[in-house]
Amino acid sequence: MAYFVRRLSLLMVTVFLVSFITFAVFQIIPGDPIRIMLGPEADEARVETLEQQLGLDQPLITQYGNWMSGVFTGDLGDSIRFSRPVSELIADRLPVTLYLAFLSIAIVIMVTIPLGIYIAKRPNTLQDLVLSSVTQVGMAIPSFWLGMLLMLGLGMTFQFFSISGYVPWSESITGAFGSLLLPAITIAIPQIAISFRYIRNTILEQLQLDYVRTIRSKGITERAVMYKHVLRNAMIPILTVFGLIFAEVVAGTIIVEQVFGLPGFGSLLITSISYRDFPLIQGIVMYITIVVVVINFVIDMLYAILDPRIRLGEGVGQ
Amino acid sequence: MKQIQRHGKNINLVIGSSILLVFLLMMVVSFFYTPYDVNAMDIANKLQPPSAEHWFGTDEFGRDIFSRIMVGTQTAFFVGTVSVGIGMIFGVLIGGFSGYFGGWIDEIIMRIIDALMAFPGIILALMLVAVFGSGMVNTSIALGLMAIPGIARIARSGFLQSKDAEYVHAARLMGQSQVRIMTKHILPNVMSPLIVAASIAFAVALLAEAGLSYLGLGVQPPDPSWGRMLKDSQGYLASSPWYTYAPGVVITLMVLGFYMLSNAIRDISDPRSR
Amino acid sequence: MRTFYKFLSLIGILMLIAIFVSACSDNEVGDQAEDRNEVNVRINNDPDFLDPHMAEASITFQMLLNIYDGLLVGDTDGSLKPALAEDYRISDDGLTYTFTIRGGVTFHNGDPLTVEDIQYSFDRLMGTETGEPLSSDFDNIASLDTPDDKTFVITLKEPNSAFLSYLTALNSAILPKSNDGKHNEQPIGTGAFAFNSYNPENNLVLDKNENYWKDGLPYLDKVTFTFQPDDQTALLSLQAGEMDIVAVGSHRVPEVEDQFNLEYQDSNSVLLVGYNQEREPFQDVRVRQAINYAVNKDDVIEAAFSGYATKLGSNMSPAMGDVFKAGLEDTYKRDVEKAKALLAEAGYADGFNTTISISSHAALYTNVAQVVVENLKEVGIQAEIEVVEWGVWLERVYQGRDYDLTIIDFTGVLSPYETINRYVSDAGNNFFNFSHAEYDQLMDEVLTESNPDRQKEIYYRLQEILSEEAAAVYLADYQIIWALNPKLEGYKLYPYFYHDLSEVKYTE
Repeated sequence: MAYFVRRLSLLMVTVFLVSFITFAVFQIIPGDPIRIMLGPEADEARVETLEQQLGLDQPLITQYGNWMSGVFTGDLGDSIRFSRPVSELIADRLPVTLYLAFLSIAIVIMVTIPLGIYIAKRPNTLQDLVLSSVTQVGMAIPSFWLGMLLMLGLGMTFQFFSISGYVPWSESITGAFGSLLLPAITIAIPQIAISFRYIRNTILEQLQLDYVRTIRSKGITERAVMYKHVLRNAMIPILTVFGLIFAEVVAGTIIVEQVFGLPGFGSLLITSISYRDFPLIQGIVMYITIVVVVINFVIDMLYAILDPRIRLGEGVGQ
Repeated sequence: MKQIQRHGKNINLVIGSSILLVFLLMMVVSFFYTPYDVNAMDIANKLQPPSAEHWFGTDEFGRDIFSRIMVGTQTAFFVGTVSVGIGMIFGVLIGGFSGYFGGWIDEIIMRIIDALMAFPGIILALMLVAVFGSGMVNTSIALGLMAIPGIARIARSGFLQSKDAEYVHAARLMGQSQVRIMTKHILPNVMSPLIVAASIAFAVALLAEAGLSYLGLGVQPPDPSWGRMLKDSQGYLASSPWYTYAPGVVITLMVLGFYMLSNAIRDISDPRSR
Repeated sequence: MRTFYKFLSLIGILMLIAIFVSACSDNEVGDQAEDRNEVNVRINNDPDFLDPHMAEASITFQMLLNIYDGLLVGDTDGSLKPALAEDYRISDDGLTYTFTIRGGVTFHNGDPLTVEDIQYSFDRLMGTETGEPLSSDFDNIASLDTPDDKTFVITLKEPNSAFLSYLTALNSAILPKSNDGKHNEQPIGTGAFAFNSYNPENNLVLDKNENYWKDGLPYLDKVTFTFQPDDQTALLSLQAGEMDIVAVGSHRVPEVEDQFNLEYQDSNSVLLVGYNQEREPFQDVRVRQAINYAVNKDDVIEAAFSGYATKLGSNMSPAMGDVFKAGLEDTYKRDVEKAKALLAEAGYADGFNTTISISSHAALYTNVAQVVVENLKEVGIQAEIEVVEWGVWLERVYQGRDYDLTIIDFTGVLSPYETINRYVSDAGNNFFNFSHAEYDQLMDEVLTESNPDRQKEIYYRLQEILSEEAAAVYLADYQIIWALNPKLEGYKLYPYFYHDLSEVKYTE
């Protein structure tokens, strides 16, 4: 329990630090949100009035203070760029990014677990070599280029995929899959290499442990050895790697959303930086951090529950 | 069994390092010779498909793509080396210090590193580029800063594990200074995971530069950068596809080279991960 | 292995459940009927504001002009035509403007248009009651009067030949007073289409205004403006039939010309290389002229626009109509020797080093900059390209005037006066730091001149001065190439950014 509380408070510290780093960066970035929106021909009177109305004439530290005190009452403020409540914008976008992230993870799981098991049974064979190399190539391709090539190759050939934009699930299931599948594949491909290698190694390690030899000597079938014992024991490290991948996947959505014109977090984030939309970037960064940190936290917790020895040791996951 | 294993390891090492050697060679050559002046425009001959005169064709300004790819190796190695250099120097300093001395300083540093790592890297890079401006040097600095937390974390765990090792105790008993213990005794022992991390950081820097280029930031023309070329070629994907293949393939190859190298080093130095 | 398939089927079942659960909330499964009477238009970016009194960006008005009307409207040839004002009279002293308001016009909420709404709209812009003006275009107004419910009178402090051009929806859209405080959230106007919804970074959806004051219009039931920043993706969406109207890059023309109708719009923009004339060595007119001789406009046009652009010689494009002075574009025909001679005369025989600071938000600037750098190299000027974010460019280059050279394009406005006002010595947006006594004086003169012929003469002279003084390197007015769904007709082109969809319809 103490361990749980300690982890939870560290999590809050992390979230606060991220927010503070964002503030510090914004303190030094040049650029004025209203002028960026209105462009070079902006009417001076209009700029002045709008800045006054939005409270942008105050120093950033005051704006940050106001924003912070809002956060404690559950109000993330209004976006400057979109003149909408930040929480509303985030609520609109979060599903798209999460669907995309989970779909990518699902693809990674569906590809790498079977492949990992398959290869772990025949390590260092030609198949192993070929698969490791192929997945590594997937890791090395710049994601936006991969997205473009997929779009050109698959998107243009099959009507099923929509090239640009997002179709909500509530509107059409196939449409939603059509709009999310290509970007999800684009995000998944680089991650496949990492988790494939990891899963393969973990299962291999397990297979070489003494208990496997013992079970085998008892005459249990190879299949039962693999699925009843080895996989179960390998589950904890495998879980960890998906936790690590989750952060990567969330980061991957940023550029890929831009390529496929998906209205998720990524494009909102890029916009909020280039438009110096302080309340918006604070809100998004806070959400992303919370999602990533919470996922890691849950995995740590699972880890601790599944393997009680960990609580004894200091500094898990560090 | 053993045979094949060694063979498998070598393949990563052989392919990885030969890719990188070819690029190094290309870079060296590009300092003295390129088929065409990299920036010389010939607008009448823009977007020519590959031919005997222009091996990889010409771009939208009629510049020779092959020459630009060659000179692009300079940019790639510059961005990679500078950013990995920054990441290593500060990462090892911060992580080593944090791991070796521990205590509340370690706690604070780790919290900041956690925070930075929870932050998607590209966002940090975007914000840093907004602060420093784009261009080759500034991009390298921004990407270097981005690499610090990851390297610091690896350095820290290495120092944390080694600080109570026998040989460190022995060195302490011999009255050696902390600095000497850290640099002469611990550092060489934690070097291999750091080299692996540096090799990966190099690959990540190349991809991140391409990502920044896609967003219009990153290395700026006329400095030929593969990421930039890839972004520029995007508009000609359907009409002049050869334009996109050259930069896309060289980025992929170089990144692959570094990944393979990192895997090879890991396999050699850490026999457990077979 | 069997367990592996079990595992796979488990995931499959989970997915099916997910599909089933969301299918329960599935009201209509996309039936893309053949006879859809709507269009999907690609826009690069979100609007800055939906409130037309707050908005400024030209791409915003490209959409908003379908929702709002002004007293007047700029026609396809750039002339001003009556809109919500049926008719207008200007007094002989040029001070009193009397407008007769069109009858039978209703707002999208059903309220009839009244003179109070018009008075309200101008008061709001001028900040009469709030003390917070939203525009400085109307500082010159002495009073607003509504003598009866059909008449609206504006009295000016001083005559101003450019004043009428402020009365379109671009500068003074007419808003219903009853909607005060909600113009940005719930926009209401009198235009051909009514606001339906705005989804940030996704789309802006408009519905047909059934009670539009132009009888029989519009034809379309629905208009969707989709925000897609990526050109490549936008083009692919067009080809996949997901979009109907998309601006395509000039180099993409061969890919689309067979399948789509192409419309070439002279955008009335001015793309130029500006230099900071308060800095060494750009104070010297000979250096500026040398740069003009050095830059190869044809190369720029070929490289950046594949030839789809009009060469310019001063800060006005042929799209401006009869105030445009032709022939200036060849004043500085490319001449490397002459450029070198001028540089030598100015004391820079060996050239100099300089920096071109440009914004990263459009590839156009980097493309043009690369050509300019190569051109300048030939006359001995070594220029380095510095790319900064749009926000930084605005703050440092445009506002702060801290730069050597820059490249920027200005989108067209209807008023010739507004177009070239930035060269007046004390203009707030004169980021060139251009200063010329005769120019300032002529600009004052043209404002009070009511004779159109004399006005034209003055505008000619003003353009000549910009050219003689080499106030900038005027490159081109580039064309915007619209690729349209071939079944669409009735799309009109304007000399400013306006997607006029009121007369667009599907052919049978």
